[in-house]
Amino acid sequence: MAEGTLTFSPDDRYNAFLRTVSPARYGEGRLSGVPVAVKDNISTAGIETTCGSRILSGYVPPYDATVITLLKKAGAAIVGKTNMDEFGMGSTTENSAFGPTKNPRDETRVPGGSSGGSAAAVAAGLVPLALGTDTGGSIRCPAAFCGIVGLKPTYGRVSRYGLVAYANSLEQIGPMAADVAHVSLLMSVIAGHDPKDSTSLDAPYAHTPSPDIRGTRIGVPEEFFGEGVDPRVASVVWDAISLLERKGAEIVTCRMPSMAYALAAYYVTCMSEASSNLARYDGVRYGPPADVRKPWHEAFQERRREGFGLEVRRRIMIGTFSLSSGYYGKYYAKAQAARQNVRKDFRRLFAEVDVIAGPTMPTVAFRFGEKSDPLSMYLSDILTVPANLAGIPAISVPCGKVEGLPVGLQIMGRWLEDERVIDVAYAYEQGANP
Amino acid sequence: MNVIVGLEIHCQLDTKTKLFCGCSTDYRTDGPNTHVCPVCLGLPGSLPVLNRKAVEYALRVAKALHCTVPEESVFARKNYFYPDLDKGFQITQYDKPLAVSGYLDIEGDEGEKRVRITRVHMEEDPGRLVHKGGTDRPRYSLVDYNRAGIPLIEIVTEPDLRSPKEARRFLNKLRATLEYLGVFDSEKEGSLRVDANISIEGSERVEIKNITSYKGVEKALTFEVTRQKNALRRGQKIVRETRHFVEARGVTTSARSKEMEQDYRYFPEPDLCPLRVADWVDGIVLPELPDARRQRFMDQYGLSLIHARTLTGDLRLAEFYEKVAGTDPALAATWVADTLLGELNYRDMSISSVPPDVFSGLLSLVRARVITDRNGVDVLRVLLDELKEKGTCESPEACVERLGLRALPADSAGGDDPVTKAAREALAENPRAVEDYQNGRKEALNFLVGQVMRKTRGCAKPADVNRVLVSLLGKGA
Repeated sequence: MAEGTLTFSPDDRYNAFLRTVSPARYGEGRLSGVPVAVKDNISTAGIETTCGSRILSGYVPPYDATVITLLKKAGAAIVGKTNMDEFGMGSTTENSAFGPTKNPRDETRVPGGSSGGSAAAVAAGLVPLALGTDTGGSIRCPAAFCGIVGLKPTYGRVSRYGLVAYANSLEQIGPMAADVAHVSLLMSVIAGHDPKDSTSLDAPYAHTPSPDIRGTRIGVPEEFFGEGVDPRVASVVWDAISLLERKGAEIVTCRMPSMAYALAAYYVTCMSEASSNLARYDGVRYGPPADVRKPWHEAFQERRREGFGLEVRRRIMIGTFSLSSGYYGKYYAKAQAARQNVRKDFRRLFAEVDVIAGPTMPTVAFRFGEKSDPLSMYLSDILTVPANLAGIPAISVPCGKVEGLPVGLQIMGRWLEDERVIDVAYAYEQGANP
Repeated sequence: MNVIVGLEIHCQLDTKTKLFCGCSTDYRTDGPNTHVCPVCLGLPGSLPVLNRKAVEYALRVAKALHCTVPEESVFARKNYFYPDLDKGFQITQYDKPLAVSGYLDIEGDEGEKRVRITRVHMEEDPGRLVHKGGTDRPRYSLVDYNRAGIPLIEIVTEPDLRSPKEARRFLNKLRATLEYLGVFDSEKEGSLRVDANISIEGSERVEIKNITSYKGVEKALTFEVTRQKNALRRGQKIVRETRHFVEARGVTTSARSKEMEQDYRYFPEPDLCPLRVADWVDGIVLPELPDARRQRFMDQYGLSLIHARTLTGDLRLAEFYEKVAGTDPALAATWVADTLLGELNYRDMSISSVPPDVFSGLLSLVRARVITDRNGVDVLRVLLDELKEKGTCESPEACVERLGLRALPADSAGGDDPVTKAAREALAENPRAVEDYQNGRKEALNFLVGQVMRKTRGCAKPADVNRVLVSLLGKGA
C-alpha cells in the first residue's frame, strides 16, 4: 500500500476514544494503512494528549513519542487517543476525567484499566491494533477483562520517550490486539533501542510466534491461586495450563513467598514516583493556566486541587508522605528491599522453569462502582504487579469464560524473553482454537 | 572568637550543550525561551540523557581537587515547587555524589593552608524568573527556561576557612583551578553562586544563601562576622537560620524560616542509570594547574613569588603575561602585575579586553626608552579608555605621536636640546632653590627636577634631568 489517508468514524458507544483523527494519514511500510489506537498518555505531535486528566486538557505535545515515530515509519495510521484512568491510576478506567469506558463484552461492566480504552477499542473491533501502557497490570488487566491479548514487554525493550510518566521504574508501553500474532507484529514495530531513553535496551524484536512448546517448563506458583482468587477463574486457568501440558509443556508447581509484600512494594514505589512526576502540572507551561493574579504557591495549589481527580490526589499525597524525611526509610526504602526480594524470587524460579503461568486477574470484569473503596481496587492488581517490580515480560491471553465473561491466562518469562512468552501464549491460543 | 566558614559553590560547567539534552548553553545574548526543547522544558513524557562531556568536566574537577571517585554515583530528584523549576524537581546527586574527600591548597591567613573538600556533585540549573514592574514589588514575573538544564557542579568544603578573606582566597583559587581545567568561564554572568555557612566557634551556624559574586562572599561574611560577634558581646544567642545576602546594601537579612524549611523528598532518579565512571579518572590528563604554573613562572621568568602568584591567579592573566613577557619578563611582570591590573580594576575591565600585541608594543617603547615610564602609564590609560569605549584602540606608537609624548633628547653638544633648555629656564626662575642647593641643601634638587619635568610634560627622562641639572648647577650657571 502507498501513502494516503483513511476515514475513521467508529461507532464508539463504549467511550473507548477520547478523540479520533479523521482523515488519518498513513505511509508505506509493514503497517501501511493499518489503524492503530494509542493510549492517551503517549505523546502525539499535534494531537491533544491529556492522560485522561483535566489538568492536561488542551495540551498538544510538540513532539511524537518514539513509539509513534516508529509506528508512522511503519506506515500505520494513528486514528485516535484512547480513554484511560487518569495518569494510569486505576484498574477500571472509571478514574478518567472524561467518563468511564464500557466493556464491549458486557456494557454493565468495566473494561479494566488503566488501558481500558485501548482494550475496548480492540475488543469492539474498532481497530485491529492498539498501544497500551502497563505500570502494574494496565495492559494485561483490560486485556483479560475484554477478552483480548496484551503484552507488557521487558522493561527497557520499548522506549518510554514520550510516555507521560506515572511510575518511571515500572512502566512500559506494550501492544494490544485480538490475537497473539498481531500483538507480536506490533511489538516488532515498537521495540528497539532508543538513545533518548537512558533505560532503553538494545534488544530489537523480530520474532514470528511458534506454537511448539514441547519441553517448556511452566512454573505455577501457589500464590497465584490463593485467597481472593475467584475459584471459577482459577479453574478456567488450570484448564488452560493443562492444555499447555498436553501440548508438550511440563508443569511444575512452585512457591513465590515474596508475593506477600509485592503489592505494598508496588504501591509505595509507584505513588512515590508519581508524587514527583506529577509535580510539573502547576499551570505555568501547559494545561489550563494558573491564576496569575494570585501568589504563585496559592495559584499552583488551586490549579492542582481542581485539575487532578480524587484518586490522583490520593496517590500524590501518599507518595509525598512515603518520601518524606523520617518516613523514607520506613516506606520507600522498604519497598525497594521488597522489590529486590521479588526479583530474587523470580531469578530462583527461572533457574528451574522457563515461564510462570497463572491468572491475569483474580476475578472477571467488575461491575461499575463495584470497587468503590480504593483498597479493594488495589488488591485486584496482586497478580500483575510482580512482573513490573521485576521488569520481566508478561502477557495476558484469553483462556475461556466465567458466566460469559472473559478470563485471562498470564504468562511471565525471563528478562528479555518476550519471545518465549509470546510462543507459550500462541501455543495456547492455537491449541484452544484449532 | 574564632570564625568558622564552610562554602557550597555552584559553578556552571562550560559545555556546549545542556546536561540532559542537546540544547545549546550559549543563551546569554538570545531572547528568552529560545534554547529549549521538550527535555529542558520538562514537557510530559520527555526523558533526560546524560551529557558525557559534562561528566568528563566534573571528573576533571574531582581529580584536580584530589577527590576520590566512588565506584557508583547516583542521580536523585530534589522535589520542590517553584515557577522556574519546570519538572517540579531538580535532578541532582544526593547520598551518592560523583566525588568525595578532596582538598585544595590555598594561601591562608597564616601561610599555606589545606582546605578539605567534602564532595563534588553534578546537577542541573533551574530556569530563571524575570521580575517586571519595579524591583521591590514587581507587578508580574516572566519565566525564562534558557538556563534550565545548564550543567552545574556543586563543590562543598569542610568548615576549614577561618575568615572572610580566606573564603575569598579559596574562591579565587578554586576559580583559577576551574578555569585552568577548561571547564568554567567566570566571565559569564551568573556562572557562579555560593552558599556560605558561618559560625563563631561555640555558637550556632548561619547559612547565607545565593551569593552571586566573589566580592559578595567576602562582604556577606564580613557583615555576618560583625553581626554575630556584636550579638554575642551583647549576650544574645545566635539562632540557627538561613539568611539572604542583599548585595546592594551589603547586608544579610533573615529569611522567613518557613520559606526555607523544605523537605526535598530526595529519591533516586528512575530515568537515569547509576553512573559508574571511577575508571575514567585515571585516563584524565590534567593541564598545568595554578601552583605548577606559579613555580614555572618563577623558574622560567625569574619572577618573585608575589608576582608569580598574582600572574597565575587567573588563567587569562597568566596567558596574557606569557604573550607579552617577550625579551624582558621582569619588566613585563611589573607592568602587568603592578600597573595594568590596577588600571583594569579601576575601569572594571577584564584582561581579555586588552590585545596582547598592543601591550607588547607599549612595553617595547618603554624598554627602548622611546617614552618615559611615567608617560607609558599615561599612554596605557588612554589606550584602555579607548578599549573600554570602542573595543579597539590606536597603536601605542600612534598614541605617543598624537599626544607628543616621545621622550626628549638631553645631550646635545651645544646645549640647545629641550631638556637642557628647560633646565636653564627652571634654574633662572627659581633662584632660591638654586641658592639652597649651593648652600648644601641637596633636597632642593628634587624640586628643580619636578619643575623641569613639568616644563617637558614628563617627556624628559628623570635620569637625564638629574644629570643635566647637576651639571648646570656645578658650572654655577
